[in-house]
Amino acid sequence: APDPAITELQPWMQYLGDGVDARPYGSPSRFESHVIRRNVEWLTADPVSSVNFTPLHELDGIITPNGLCFERHHAGIAEVDPSAHRLMINGLVDKPLVFTMQDLMRFPRENRVYFLECAANSGMEWAGAQLNGCQYTHGMIHNVQYTGIPLRLLLEEAGVKTNGKWIMPEGADASAMTRSIPIEKAMDDCLVAFKMNGEALRPEQGYPVRLVVPGWEGNMWIKWLRRIEVGDQPWHHREETSKYTDLLDNGIARRFTWEMDAKSVITSPSPQAPILHSRGPTVLTGVAWSGRGTIPRVDVTLDGGKNWHEARISGPSFDKSMHRFYFEFDWDGTPLLLQSRAHDSTGYVQPTKNALRDVRGENSIYHNNGIQTWLVDERGEAENVEIS
Amino acid sequence: ETPPSPQAVFVTAANAQGNAAPEPALSPQPPVPATARDGGYGLGREALAEEIAAWDIDIRPDGQGLPAGSGDVWTGEEVFVEKCAACHGDFGEAVGRWPQLAGGMGTLERKDPVKTIGSYWPYLSTVWDYVNRAMPFGDAQSLTPDEVYAITAYLLYLNNVVEDDFELSDESFAGIEMPNAEGFKPDDRPETELAAFAGDVCMQGCKDDVRITMRAAVLDVTPGSDTPDTDVAQDTVEVESSAEPEPADDENAARTDAADEASADQRPDPELAAAGARVFKKCSACHQVGDGAKHRSGPQLNGIVGRSAGTVEGFRYSSAMEEAGANGLAWDHETLAAFLADPRGYIKGTKMAFSGLRSADDIAAITAFLEAQGD
Repeated sequence: APDPAITELQPWMQYLGDGVDARPYGSPSRFESHVIRRNVEWLTADPVSSVNFTPLHELDGIITPNGLCFERHHAGIAEVDPSAHRLMINGLVDKPLVFTMQDLMRFPRENRVYFLECAANSGMEWAGAQLNGCQYTHGMIHNVQYTGIPLRLLLEEAGVKTNGKWIMPEGADASAMTRSIPIEKAMDDCLVAFKMNGEALRPEQGYPVRLVVPGWEGNMWIKWLRRIEVGDQPWHHREETSKYTDLLDNGIARRFTWEMDAKSVITSPSPQAPILHSRGPTVLTGVAWSGRGTIPRVDVTLDGGKNWHEARISGPSFDKSMHRFYFEFDWDGTPLLLQSRAHDSTGYVQPTKNALRDVRGENSIYHNNGIQTWLVDERGEAENVEIS
Repeated sequence: ETPPSPQAVFVTAANAQGNAAPEPALSPQPPVPATARDGGYGLGREALAEEIAAWDIDIRPDGQGLPAGSGDVWTGEEVFVEKCAACHGDFGEAVGRWPQLAGGMGTLERKDPVKTIGSYWPYLSTVWDYVNRAMPFGDAQSLTPDEVYAITAYLLYLNNVVEDDFELSDESFAGIEMPNAEGFKPDDRPETELAAFAGDVCMQGCKDDVRITMRAAVLDVTPGSDTPDTDVAQDTVEVESSAEPEPADDENAARTDAADEASADQRPDPELAAAGARVFKKCSACHQVGDGAKHRSGPQLNGIVGRSAGTVEGFRYSSAMEEAGANGLAWDHETLAAFLADPRGYIKGTKMAFSGLRSADDIAAITAFLEAQGD
């Protein structure tokens, strides 16, 4: 029978649409209204100090749209007036300084693409498969092009004293978030960023200015950055002692586990992105990243790890940025056990979840970069499972 | 055999014609770094001593940064019960999913360890610093140094680190060692993991058989697993004002009609109430409404419109609020509007930390929203 989508006149073919004055700041098609950040209500006491998740299963390429970048706040979204915002540098410096946003705009800037992953991404999966969807298992990540000032330039402007070995960035929100960062990292590749993907930072991402700490856990990327203190020792504040430390099986915890290990996940097919077509040509896709470099290679398996295939990486390969991979295959309609395995530019290979548990036990919460498995059944529906 | 990639074909063709091979399209232009200028940029200005003093509040394990002051366990208990217990419980045992602050000793090696100040935190300075910078939740940096010393002393007492006659001060601070001070080591992944998780990988015939050992569906804790997305999608449409309203499906239409009919007379304007639901997000850190609403750091607000002030059972009000109710204050449109515009101005001594709603529209909306909540 002829297709009514062709034979019948559709309303958008007949009637006029909105004019150029109707949507001065555009938003996605209303048919995409399901593509949103989501949170897991039982996870935290209150949405004001909580996290939501990037809908990875709906995205492609390597850049995360600003409105879909996952959010993690400890005291809600600070709505900072940029004209009343100041950045102070104090502590072990020759000259403590205060910058307005206008001052900051006069420093040289750089544009760089980095992933930001929360150390707790996949943390709910330490003890076993728990959440059905890569949005929930892997969605505490986004990948953005930042425009910012190399932090080194600002620190040099204040003049770091020779005994200045650590910095402590601090946020202007009601949690006054702080972390300790060694001076080597601060001088190496950190940015004080004010733009994301070309536009001003979103309020939920630290408007008007945030710290970018490439490859290191997201909690260190202080939002609403208002102060940087230079000191001779770490501060051991709440977020680097009671949180963001990795408790091992023997009751001892690792601290200062800053780098994010190489990791990958298949975003489609996945529980929220089932195969909706019959057998035949099928596109498998996913993302991979490493806090220690680039991703030269991703392997995928369709049979739970009996046989592996090298996936095709498409799109720019930047240092400490998300990479996009594809594997095209003909689905024969039988169940699949899908996994992806990232290799990073240091030679590190993403481990299985059990290999990680052998070293760390199940109580770490943070830094779970184990290989994810999706079971796809005959109907094309996918489920989060673990396998032998 | 895999066919050559389009890139490879292109390069070969270019070479065949005797042209230089083009740069691979995927390799990005090497970035040119921004460099420092000799003598600096001369931007910004010197920070004044008063400005540094106002912001430099951080405390270190060696006590650097602590202001002069003191507080004892019993004072700490009073302050804690008044300002902290709504979330953390009177004894640090926690309410709901708010953090537990006391107990958990000896659980770090077990399944589901209980990580508290006593069982896990390595340094006392962290407690002082965090309480001082971020607590009470929603009223940060409102405590005096003596109150922070007192709360910290009470937390030490709850964790059996000190006796009930203890007083913490900037001087006694250095004498306190936390039980789990030795429980941490530096990141040792370079020694324990990086080499082990590297090297050649198997690609063919790597396993004989594969068993499924665990399924997420057994737990079924994924949000919206049975009713996918309907609520969320509707919210989005509502907020997006430029979008045309979705035609309501039959079921929704029926439900709305019935509700309208049932309470057409006394029901507040539903559109205004819906707007109020959005404004209420500012309140929801401390107040709950609706089915099963419980007291948080503020009382649950079901049926608040029309009720005497300070009279919801089971909530510990400020004496100022209780007195206001005893003196005849009841919540109607007018009194709520005055209170919400300036809580601490309208009832001096109220525990409500919220600074107030600036917009009269927001106040009208939230009143309509609260009015729509039953008892």
